[in-house]
Amino acid sequence: MELSLATRTVDEHTVLEVGGEVDVYTAPRLRERLVELVDSGARNVVVDLGGVEFLDSTGLGVLVGAMKRLRVANGKFGLVCSKEALLKIFRITALDQVFPIYPTIEAATQDSDGSGSNS
Amino acid sequence: MATVRLSFSPAPVHVRTARLVGVAVARRAGVAEELLDEVRLAIGEACTRAVALHNQYGLAELVTVEMSDSDAYTVRVVDHAPIEASIGLAKLPPDELAAETLTDEDLTTGVGFALLAGFVDDLQVRPVEDGAGTEVRMVWPVQRR
Repeated sequence: MELSLATRTVDEHTVLEVGGEVDVYTAPRLRERLVELVDSGARNVVVDLGGVEFLDSTGLGVLVGAMKRLRVANGKFGLVCSKEALLKIFRITALDQVFPIYPTIEAATQDSDGSGSNS
Repeated sequence: MATVRLSFSPAPVHVRTARLVGVAVARRAGVAEELLDEVRLAIGEACTRAVALHNQYGLAELVTVEMSDSDAYTVRVVDHAPIEASIGLAKLPPDELAAETLTDEDLTTGVGFALLAGFVDDLQVRPVEDGAGTEVRMVWPVQRR
């Protein structure tokens, strides 16, 4: 399935809904959209991975890049993910200790200190 | 013994094709259904690594993926980059993953290797026998029907 990207606003957070496959071919489009969001002023960004069917190291690199970009801009970055297959990827790469990861969008937008449900 | 060999030009768009073929052959070979997501991810990571190396060194040669189901399901992903490109593969600790000094390329390489090592119990990265290049060899058990 091709990559799909959709943006909406929830409680002053910019939520980017990602669907399909995020790999070495599609990750540049995700990077482009995240850069656009930060450049256009978004400072509380939540990436919802609920529709993602495949995520590789290139996609993970794009997510880390977005988090760094927001950190420089004094913004916050979080992920929504409840799929065990994806959570295992975050655990194996130790990125579960880097990203705030939430089970739902509500949890992500209501967490005031940005620590995630994994900490 | 059945062998499927796939060669593709080093372009990101073909990595998905390699994943699809790799999983189809794994399923037919009798790899357990619950392992197929890991097979898909590992073949994708090995091919992504090969494509990145060919692009880094300006190599137009084809990347080769060879799948064999003689005793187990064995996948070999072969690149033609200089062997020194494979030195220094290591899993990155959490405090380095988000460090500003880490380049995107190094991050992706480290994370990709962590995924390969984490998902493949039987994994070898070794020089090819002839010429330049490395082979990523991954083996999964099969259930005979």
